[in-house]
Amino acid sequence: MNVVPEQLTAKDFATDQEVRWCPGCGDYAILKALQRTMPEIGATPEKTVFVSGIGCAARFPYYMETYGFHTIHGRAPAFATGIKLSNPDLDIWVVGGDGDMLSIGGNHLLHALRRNVDLQILIFNNEIYGLTKGQYSPTSRIGTRSPSTPQGSVEAPVSAALFALGSGARFVARSVDTDQKHLPVMFKRAHAHRGASLLEIFQNCIVYNDGVFDGFKDPSVAADRQVRVEHGQPMIFGKEKNRGLRLRPGAFEFEAVTIGENGVTAEDIAIHDETNRVMATLLASMDPDTLPVALGVLYCNPAPTYETGVLSQAADVRAKSPNANLNKLLRSGYTWTV
Amino acid sequence: MASSAAVAEISAPREARESVVVRFAGDSGDGMQLTGGQFTQATALAGNDLATFPDFPAEIRAPTGTTFGVSSFQINFGSRRIKTSGDAIDVLVAMNPAALKVELPNVREGGVIVADVGSFSERNIKRAGFAANPLEDKTLDAYRVVEIDVSALTMEAVKESGLGKKDALRCKNFWTLGLVYWMYGRDRKATVDWLNGKFAKRPDLAAANIAALNAGHAFGETAELDDMPSYSVAAAEIAPGQYRTVSGGEALAWGLVAGANKAGLEIMFGSYPITPASPLLHILSRLKQFGVVTFQAEDEIAAVCSAIGASFAGHLGITSSSGPGIALKGEAIGLAISTELPLVVVNSQRAGPSTGLPTKTEQSDLYQAVYGRNADAPLVVLASRSPSDCFETAVEAVRLATKYMTPVMLLTDGYIANAAEPWLIPDVDKIPPFNVTFRTDPEGFHPFVRDEKTLARNWAVPGTPGLEHRIGGIEKAYGSGHISYDAANHQKMTDTRKAKIDGIANDIPEQIPEQGESSGKIAVVGWGSTFGPIDRAVSNVRADGHAVSHIHLRHIWPMPRNLGALLANFDKVLVPEMNTGQLVTVLRAEYLVPAERVSKVSGQPFKIGEIEGAIRAHLEA
Ligand SMILES: Cc1ncc(C[n+]2csc(CCOP(=O)(O)OP(=O)(O)O)c2C)c(N)n1
Ligand code: SF4
Repeated sequence: MNVVPEQLTAKDFATDQEVRWCPGCGDYAILKALQRTMPEIGATPEKTVFVSGIGCAARFPYYMETYGFHTIHGRAPAFATGIKLSNPDLDIWVVGGDGDMLSIGGNHLLHALRRNVDLQILIFNNEIYGLTKGQYSPTSRIGTRSPSTPQGSVEAPVSAALFALGSGARFVARSVDTDQKHLPVMFKRAHAHRGASLLEIFQNCIVYNDGVFDGFKDPSVAADRQVRVEHGQPMIFGKEKNRGLRLRPGAFEFEAVTIGENGVTAEDIAIHDETNRVMATLLASMDPDTLPVALGVLYCNPAPTYETGVLSQAADVRAKSPNANLNKLLRSGYTWTV
Repeated sequence: MASSAAVAEISAPREARESVVVRFAGDSGDGMQLTGGQFTQATALAGNDLATFPDFPAEIRAPTGTTFGVSSFQINFGSRRIKTSGDAIDVLVAMNPAALKVELPNVREGGVIVADVGSFSERNIKRAGFAANPLEDKTLDAYRVVEIDVSALTMEAVKESGLGKKDALRCKNFWTLGLVYWMYGRDRKATVDWLNGKFAKRPDLAAANIAALNAGHAFGETAELDDMPSYSVAAAEIAPGQYRTVSGGEALAWGLVAGANKAGLEIMFGSYPITPASPLLHILSRLKQFGVVTFQAEDEIAAVCSAIGASFAGHLGITSSSGPGIALKGEAIGLAISTELPLVVVNSQRAGPSTGLPTKTEQSDLYQAVYGRNADAPLVVLASRSPSDCFETAVEAVRLATKYMTPVMLLTDGYIANAAEPWLIPDVDKIPPFNVTFRTDPEGFHPFVRDEKTLARNWAVPGTPGLEHRIGGIEKAYGSGHISYDAANHQKMTDTRKAKIDGIANDIPEQIPEQGESSGKIAVVGWGSTFGPIDRAVSNVRADGHAVSHIHLRHIWPMPRNLGALLANFDKVLVPEMNTGQLVTVLRAEYLVPAERVSKVSGQPFKIGEIEGAIRAHLEA
């Protein structure tokens, strides 16, 4: 029986709870974009579950009128895996900050990705710990001054996208909190992908790390500092749409070139192939000081999901023993009667 | 009783014994656990009651011939109820000098030692730490020693199989088993069948092992060894019914499945391998036909989190580990308490802090179970007393977890997990069902609406239209389930969580003594796997007319509602535990009784004599 659902709107996915992020926090924009996207992907509140760890970002579930589980720091992917194994019909979104997902939860993220559990995993990367008041995070750049690194941090940061690709993720994408056009597209792509989809969202923490991404986010520089990749399309950027990425001859890396300069033609610009892990890795590895930041779906190459494998094994066993009976099991093997 | 001086001949009369303790000990590669398992089977089939104690080294493959590589299997069987794996060894089968060295202190004076002289090479003797060959000096004067070159006789017996020397020598344990079968008049058929099944794809190996088994048996029958003893142990008087042997791991797995079945739920079991908890993961992985999903997580934290996630989604979440892993699960268990979700946490206790003695047994996680979480985080704690008892305890754990929407910690230990005993197989259909109902009605719903009597909140699972809600560890408003930092509300919620768990005391049986009256001189209070030795020790002192009772706790938290009053009826309360006195502290704190400890923390189970001695000392004091 197919009941035609009433057309839902963004409002149907908003709760009556007061949103408690700092005014101006990038999280608001992400929340708004997702609430707008939910009806467009045909989401139903009762079948949708938001699972989060702990952090500012992890407050997200309270604001979505769906099922939600605000769990413990770093472990959301593990909770989500249990939920998926119990009810594979649920549409599960995992939300956390960079500290939540890549520091305390790095291990769980790695395993959810390599197992390929069908989850949409959103990392709100603000390169700082928000909720605990501004300590540096595993994505913070070297030299980050924070309450715990008054002289500047000395740790090399982790890249969420490279980490995901190295973990065996089959879907890796990036977007920006304030980009209300691009962000919904990424949500849709992540949602459409069967398996673990990792979406890194560059999010501004206005209180503890304001403007950390301005180097590529600010409208005045965005066109030159970002490249929006799309499968099958040349990787073009720049205000004049005349710049592009090409494979540096004789090396395994991209370089930024200008069409019409030094004999570069439009044909020289590399075409994005989102099914190519090596290309995704090159895009994720680009040094933001010299090359644009790649946004969009860097990698999408579906593979069988974890829960399908587990549950089909279970179904096979069940099919082969339709009369499974516990009393019989207890009486199998050697028994004797007194 | 026939004395050892009696002339041994084929028809020598067997010594009649009420109960016997046999220990097979050898190198970890000698197959002692297998041998013990088969002997257990044959003994059960002969109608004896029995209890076993497998004891293996922590090293997977310790260097051969070393004392730390000794693996052993003890079985106590008899024509009376057997409740422990036995104090002193009557018959020790020592496959090498190291096994002799390790086990000799446990052999009773006058006991029998069967030694494979073929393995008593100078090198092995030195490796075991003997200064000289113990078979040749006075070391074994107090025992009846039967020296047999098992290695040579096994080689001879399996010659026809065409196996190489290494494979042939692997059959030594079955040769020995054949000999011990003869000593006790055991039937070989079950073992022959088992070998044929196990080596269905290698008939040469099956034939060789069977040949060795038969040769060992024939050796006992025909060898005219002066000191070759043989015994008869009559069948025990046992309640009628169908029996099998069962290990704690099996009974636990089946009990959890039975419990979930009674609750009308499927199981999601998340675990991470750790000794001695892993058998549960292995067994449940093979029970998919009963609606069990197993998940080997990346660590203990993920394991418990996945189980809690599953409970949130409407399955029965179960996780298991040993103490170190339970420590990692602590924060998540607190979340399950805060969100009031059902969860079963099995703790197969091991010895020592940190990694401790992974393969040795102890009961030192009682504090961890009752108190070991941040903040006021009460949950239910149960303890199994024996392998077969794991079944009932597991069903009870599921019942309480689902009825009260709470985590339940079920304590077993390494001894229970691996030991086996005969089990009167229960009829699962006779266990009353306790079907869970999920909330579906949106009218008046919020996630923390409670049942007035049990104080359990409603279980509403994702997928149900109209009940969308958010839960988490942040404090919830009593009346709406929304986040609340209100001071009075936190007091109320904390009180409610406590009251819910305390109230479970009204849903569990009143405590009655296992043995003895409800008042008297001494109450010996136990929990967990010390049941057997306490039971026997108490019956020994009672036989002398002392007013001593045995009280054994299955429900550790909350405790039975009459326990305080019951303990107050005794002059003294004595608590034997394999820890430094954890239940003692809890009893003192709860009931202000002057409970005293009898503590043993050696990684080895209590001997009856140790507990009996302690009781007698207190009777005199
Ligand atoms: C076990 C545990 N350790 C530490 C914390 C404290 N803690 C809460 S959130 C957080 C980091 C948050 O940073 P991030 O994940 O980047 O999220 P943001 O707040 O920036 O959105 C920490 C360390 C905790 N709640 N639990
Ligand atoms: S601290 Fe930063 S991340 Fe957290 S709510 Fe405020 S602005 Fe947002």
